Amino acid sequence: MNESKRILEVKELQTTFFTDSGQIPAVDRISFYLSDSEIVGIVGESGCGKSVTSLSVMGLVPSPPGKITGGEILYNGRDLTRLTDKEMRRIRGNDIAMIFQEPMTSLNPLFTIGNQMIEAIAIHQSEMSKKQSEEKAVQMLKLVGLPRASALMKDYPHQLSGGMRQRVMIAMALVCDPKVLIADEPTTALDVTIQAQILQLMKKLNTDLGTAILLITHDLGVVAEICERVIVMYAGQIIEEAPTSVLFKDPQHPYTQGLIQSVPDMRLKKERLYSIPGNVPKPGTILTGCRFAPRCKFAFDRCISENPELYVTADVHQTRCFLYEERKVKMDGNNTFVDS
Amino acid sequence: MLSYVGRRLVHLIPVLLGMVFIVFMMIRAIPGNPAQVILGQQATAEAVAAMNVKLGLDQPWYIQFFKYLGGVLQGNLGESMRTRLPVADEIWPHLAATMELAFFAILIAIVIGINAGIVSAWFQNSWFDYIAMVLALVGVSMPIFWLGLLGQWTFAIEFSWLPTTGREPVRDPVNAITHLYIIDTLIQGRFDQFFEVVRHLILPGAALATIPMAIIARMTRSSMLEVLRSDYIRTARAKGQKMFWVVYKHAFKNAAIPILTIIGLQMGMLLGGAILTETIFAWPGIGRYIYEAISFRDYPVIQSGILVVAFIFVMINLIVDLLYGLIDSRIKYD
Repeated sequence: MNESKRILEVKELQTTFFTDSGQIPAVDRISFYLSDSEIVGIVGESGCGKSVTSLSVMGLVPSPPGKITGGEILYNGRDLTRLTDKEMRRIRGNDIAMIFQEPMTSLNPLFTIGNQMIEAIAIHQSEMSKKQSEEKAVQMLKLVGLPRASALMKDYPHQLSGGMRQRVMIAMALVCDPKVLIADEPTTALDVTIQAQILQLMKKLNTDLGTAILLITHDLGVVAEICERVIVMYAGQIIEEAPTSVLFKDPQHPYTQGLIQSVPDMRLKKERLYSIPGNVPKPGTILTGCRFAPRCKFAFDRCISENPELYVTADVHQTRCFLYEERKVKMDGNNTFVDS
Repeated sequence: MLSYVGRRLVHLIPVLLGMVFIVFMMIRAIPGNPAQVILGQQATAEAVAAMNVKLGLDQPWYIQFFKYLGGVLQGNLGESMRTRLPVADEIWPHLAATMELAFFAILIAIVIGINAGIVSAWFQNSWFDYIAMVLALVGVSMPIFWLGLLGQWTFAIEFSWLPTTGREPVRDPVNAITHLYIIDTLIQGRFDQFFEVVRHLILPGAALATIPMAIIARMTRSSMLEVLRSDYIRTARAKGQKMFWVVYKHAFKNAAIPILTIIGLQMGMLLGGAILTETIFAWPGIGRYIYEAISFRDYPVIQSGILVVAFIFVMINLIVDLLYGLIDSRIKYD
């Protein structure tokens, strides 16, 4: 177990969307934690509930139709789901900050970078003078590796490239020195070379500033690059959780195995890239058994009728699959499991 | 920027020329003869013919047209056939009266319309949203003459809170300097009169404001709804910003351009076409001035009156276009 303090702990979180066609549990009783200065990745296909999870933590689930219907989100032991609007505003940006997928549209096009940076400071550190906040903003822009930072303050977002805008977003998120940074697909919209730069930057800031990062992504490559621990989500549930190295060495859930197999490998000359057959269940579909069962090649009768729980299969490894029910008992034994 | 304004002003010339020509031809297509109107139904044919010569109406239309045009180019808007006074002198008091009323009305429309639209979008599908939008729908469909009469009956006759008609107290007329009475009374330090002038503005202003207010509210709402879904709104909220500032700072500025367009168009309409309101409230504005000129077949007044209104309309559009650049730095003029 991780010995350091758990700064963020999500317990049995349930976020439901109330639509005309019924209630859709976008996030279904998920539990995970984030320790001080840790980088944890949440991986999953689009629609698996990873973005809703992050928005739930921020208290920014679009409402209506979305609503947190159960569970707790503990930040330093304080349950964020019980906070008032005003109390939550004090947490946002100050203790928990967030950056988003689309750097091109995430900055307000009609205000200068400086205006938006200083705004972030002014909200939480009103005691700072205009000049001090300006200095702080410039300093932050330099820290995220932006050249000519003071001139940049007067620029508008459209004068910057996508990579630069994402750096500005990161600078803006970290300007109040938050303990947790939630990054929702921060590199998806960027070129591959820029992606690597942004990931390195995040890793560096994590080391230098000690900001814990919750990285939401669909890209296992990104996870391998910087995350210490990975949570795999499928259809609103966590289906596997393990330290990154363990997960790549010993992916247990058939879905995780499929995900890892679908990563293109330069060393293998394959005609076709592997893909998991079928699609993510449409949100709102009522599923009695394991949510992955319809696409799983190992599925048996029980998988159709009953949803497995998360089995702790090794010290820090959990898997939601009946194949590992036995393993739970044999946890102390050797760690190789042969699927058959 | 300056060259842009210059080019826009050059583009104005053919627009106004075309305008003058169309109006010139149209009023001559209306049956009736100014000389006949001036002399009355009993006038003899000889007297009418003599009057026609005096007014220059015996000449072919193109001579009349170029004579008028030549005058306009020299800044001479002609002479009223009815009063024999220069149109340029006559028109300003009427234009000022209309401008005062129109600015007052658009101010009401902007303040209430924009805020109603913003709050409706912010609390979409709330009872406030429903009520505001139903009222806006009623507002656009409301005939102004009915609304005006209703206002007069309620606030002027039943409650006697406000004057029924006119621009100024009859027994204590304003000493006109600029003809914008709000300014005139303030210059002369007559705060009692200023208060009276504002009281006279309220009923016609409110009646005139109804339709623009409803249109502005609906436009603001739809524009805001679109903006509130943007990523940068989520960013602003993620920073911990208060919803009030998210809405009024981040969202409103982005929603402002279509709203500004609508305000410009409405302002142009108010300045040119407040005839109904001016008639109901006996407001000595430019709408009534032109309308009366039409019934007297006072050709120079009609032509120049419409020319002035058209010019103002185009200028307002130019100002609106320039304001776009002030709001959004991505809009460049060169």
